[in-house]
Amino acid sequence: MDIAPTASAAPQNPPPKDPSGKDSATRPGDRIFLGLSRGSGIALLVIMAAIAVFLTWRTLVALAENEGNFLTTFEWSANADPPVFGIAVLAYGTIVSSIIAMLLAVPVAVGIALFISHYAPRRIATPLAYVVDLLAAVPSIIYGLWGALFLVPHLTGLYEWFDQFLGWTGILSYDGGAPRSLFTVGILLAIMILPIVTNVSREVFKQSPKMQEEAALALGATRWEVVRMAVLPFGRSGVISASMLGLGRALGETMAVATVLSPNFLINVSLLNPGGGTFAQNIAAGFKEAGDIGRDALIASGLVLFVITLLVNGAARLIIARRKEYSGANA
Amino acid sequence: MAKRIDVSGLTAYYGSHKAIEDISMSVEPRSVTAFIGPSGCGKSTFLRTLNRMHEVTPGGRVEGKVMLDNEDLYAGGVDPVSVRRTIGMVFQRPNPFPTMSIYDNVAAGLRLNGSYKKAQLDDVVEKSLKGANLWNEVKDRLNKPGSGLSGGQQQRLCIARAIAVEPQVLLMDEPCSALDPISTLAIEDLICELKERFTIVIVTHNMQQAARVSDRTAFFNLAAVGQPGKLIEIDDTERIFSNPSVQATEDYISGRFG
Repeated sequence: MDIAPTASAAPQNPPPKDPSGKDSATRPGDRIFLGLSRGSGIALLVIMAAIAVFLTWRTLVALAENEGNFLTTFEWSANADPPVFGIAVLAYGTIVSSIIAMLLAVPVAVGIALFISHYAPRRIATPLAYVVDLLAAVPSIIYGLWGALFLVPHLTGLYEWFDQFLGWTGILSYDGGAPRSLFTVGILLAIMILPIVTNVSREVFKQSPKMQEEAALALGATRWEVVRMAVLPFGRSGVISASMLGLGRALGETMAVATVLSPNFLINVSLLNPGGGTFAQNIAAGFKEAGDIGRDALIASGLVLFVITLLVNGAARLIIARRKEYSGANA
Repeated sequence: MAKRIDVSGLTAYYGSHKAIEDISMSVEPRSVTAFIGPSGCGKSTFLRTLNRMHEVTPGGRVEGKVMLDNEDLYAGGVDPVSVRRTIGMVFQRPNPFPTMSIYDNVAAGLRLNGSYKKAQLDDVVEKSLKGANLWNEVKDRLNKPGSGLSGGQQQRLCIARAIAVEPQVLLMDEPCSALDPISTLAIEDLICELKERFTIVIVTHNMQQAARVSDRTAFFNLAAVGQPGKLIEIDDTERIFSNPSVQATEDYISGRFG
């Protein structure tokens, strides 16, 4: 009559009766907290999966209608009949403007972070850190307006100078006209991602171990050498993470880019001449007027942006993991 | 290579707090001098004034004279960075650079001082690691990170790093307090070897250690918490531990105090 295969041992000592074990395992607070935290984790996965399914489904719908090549076509006529659209220009513009932003912002951000954490006296460092925080609080449309109304008119001189001395490179030639170009977007994005890269780097540098800094000092290191020997190596993975956070913001930035850039669907060798486009800017510019296929096409481009962001994050993790053995975490 | 130290009328502050007051003493070249005394009496602070590390602490400042042979370390125009290059320091907790290999840790000081050829560096690294009695344990893994070594090995790595630049003086701030007895013994043996070449000053809480390794011992004390620490007496180690001239010293070493 007993069905359990381990019947011989079962009836003699039923484990749930153990008073101490039962008490600690079923306390209501623990159960509620477990439920809440597990529920949050599951909810996150469900939401992510739902977004992925939605994006993929609409993308497939759009791709089925597309008469052009989605990856290589230099055109976005998703509302035409037949629809023709491709992401080549958008991918190029997004990546190039973000790279320009990183190249400009990361060195400056690391410099500011080091100044605040290791060079400046406290009465300067605190207000400076506050000002950097303020930069992060400015809405992106304000950056966009500032970029369009102030930055664009004032960059002409700089671009003419670039053209005169570096025009032979091709990428820095400039034919005149309002510089509503990818490089201008890059400058604006650099200013926008500066606060996040600075703040995260600053926190990492502040936590660099005093022990190693003293070791470097005692060896006769100057302040810069202390930074190079004991602070930067410790903070390297943190700076990479900070840069990736900034890159994520630059890749997805919409309003500021849409306000500054004068878009077209050409890949211009020169970064200074107007033209080009980014994923987010193209979605913002086209979503309202788009028909059914047009919207699905924009969603498809959004999925590509999502994948690029994922790849960037994955690459950053690889870089960090590769140097783990030498990281400050082993100190 | 080893120089003598003459300190006169040295007072050190943390902000407005006077940490040590009016200390004068001499340290002979190629000898080991131990600093003993209760916690908070300013031994470590005093040690850090000898290579101008004290002023790195926010609010830290120093009055008085520290002469290294005939050169005043606190004279105007003396660069603290070059002082620290001639006076090496080993800390309480082993602090190899975690992002550097064992080799690079030892070579770090040399690389600060200028550029060297690979072969020269190899020589110095081997010599320093042998000098720190660590060579046989690490010669097959010089390119592995120093943080992978045991605590005692890390401390010997730090000693190798300090002696690689051939300092005039080696300061040690409780170098064994984070180590087990076997590693401690290894470091103490090493100190006895190193004193052939360097002037060594060591801060220790372990009086047996002071008795074992040092030639001269200085006893520091403070009148009360919040009062500045003072040098009570300095004498040959044997005398300090058998027949000190000040009652407070005898009380301290016999355990009646502190």
